[in-house]
Amino acid sequence: MPLVHLNVFRGTPQTEGGYVGYDVPVEEGMVVLDALHWIQANEAPDLAVRWNCKAAKCGSCGCEINGKPSLACKTRMSDFGPDEAITVEPLRTFPLVRDLVTDVSWNYEVNKRITPFTPPTDGDQADWRWQQEDIERVQEFRKCIECFLCQDVCHVLRNHETDRPFVGPRFLVRTAGLEMHPIDQADRTADLKDGGVGYCNITKCCTEVCPEHIRITDNAIIPLKERVADRYYDPIQIAWRKIRGGRSGTGGGSRAGESLPVLPGGSSTGSPPSDGAGS
Amino acid sequence: MKPPGTAALGFGATSRRDSWIRFPSLVGIGLAAFVVYSLFSAFLWGPLFGVGYEADGYLSPFFSPLLGVGILPAWLSPAILILWIPLGFRTTCYAFRRAYYRSYFADPPACAVGEPRAHRRYAMEARFPFILQNSHRIFLYLQFIPLTFLWIDAILALHPGSTWRLGLGNVILFTDLILLTGFSLSCNSLRHFAGGNLDCFSCTARTRARHSVWKRVTDLNGHHIGLAAWSLLGVATADLYIRLLAAGVFIDPSIRL
Repeated sequence: MPLVHLNVFRGTPQTEGGYVGYDVPVEEGMVVLDALHWIQANEAPDLAVRWNCKAAKCGSCGCEINGKPSLACKTRMSDFGPDEAITVEPLRTFPLVRDLVTDVSWNYEVNKRITPFTPPTDGDQADWRWQQEDIERVQEFRKCIECFLCQDVCHVLRNHETDRPFVGPRFLVRTAGLEMHPIDQADRTADLKDGGVGYCNITKCCTEVCPEHIRITDNAIIPLKERVADRYYDPIQIAWRKIRGGRSGTGGGSRAGESLPVLPGGSSTGSPPSDGAGS
Repeated sequence: MKPPGTAALGFGATSRRDSWIRFPSLVGIGLAAFVVYSLFSAFLWGPLFGVGYEADGYLSPFFSPLLGVGILPAWLSPAILILWIPLGFRTTCYAFRRAYYRSYFADPPACAVGEPRAHRRYAMEARFPFILQNSHRIFLYLQFIPLTFLWIDAILALHPGSTWRLGLGNVILFTDLILLTGFSLSCNSLRHFAGGNLDCFSCTARTRARHSVWKRVTDLNGHHIGLAAWSLLGVATADLYIRLLAAGVFIDPSIRL
């Protein structure tokens, strides 16, 4: 079997850390995570790697392979040349725990700050009616597996400190899914302005690395920027809202006072569900 | 605040092995070439070298609609009265923002590549001057004015005198206009106005109609970056062709009826 050379980052926050080389025998169909498992089994049983499903659905094995944020279980060894050394590093945006494992718990704290799904309180869940076209946009965002590769590659989180907290692309996706939901009643526009949708400068790196191929920038972030512009930066819309007594100038959305996909006069029982994200 | 990670800082710091610098370099050179050419053509070519912006019934797209002739001093190009609209539209366009933030600001130069400076109070488009990028929709509204005149001028160029004419110049102008119209109609702000600002597409007949429009704009929006680049090339090509006609370098090959 041919050998491929892997340079794997080893270290802890207390040590300087560095790359350790391993020659791994490669079989057809192997992915980088298989190679890391081979190293664990044969050469370095103390190598720390976080993984779970090995099917690109749990988002646990995110790391940087040859400098690109990737899932180790979705990156094929055959993607590299036979003589090409492969560098495997932890997600560089987050604090190191050990070797390839980082502490991503900050993301869960950010998630708690987002106003959750807020359906109307005066109706029953059984009376909700919406069509496929209403929910298609949101379904794309619900594909997110929370691997945090987008958070890792986002240069605002990776390289800079912001004067106000920036939630990052993952949580702009979640917010977009809530804001565009046909029955959600909460208004997160002020949070988006303060939470930094303006910090994103559309470099589309988050879209490039997303293993679920969510068009993060085009379908989530830019539409949110446009909604913030509707509210705060478009003089024509601001004037139009004043003329119409505070109603949206481009409205039609299912905010308070506007049409909702709910059966009129329904009486079934049922409690509103949560949106499930981040639990 | 996010706890610090371990990313290497400094311009170009990365573990990437591919030629990540190629894309920002090529885009930077291409954009700079267009800016230099368009400024030269709009403001210097005529006054310095006496080459006109009209030839054989064709009008350069940099000067359409032709305003201020006879009012402005001879040294001041009439392009100044109209060029600020497409310039503003393109400068604030999401596609061009991505390009020049990478190529000229190195913010970042490429994905997972270090930047020249790590900011302590990064604000980007949340603070002046880049907060002005939110004016993109204003330029979108205005953009349809010169676009309408460009179509009128292109149609008029089919009938320059007493006869109908189909020349290479007409083909170039219409190709440019199709690209420019595609670029304008694929705009992210237009996609938002078409229906992106709705939460319920199925609620009323009006929202269902807007959903239909939104889907079409969304399809076109998928080609926005390509249309942005090709329309830039189209405008420069149309202008260069008409300038060379005006300078007498060649004669427009045409069929006349």
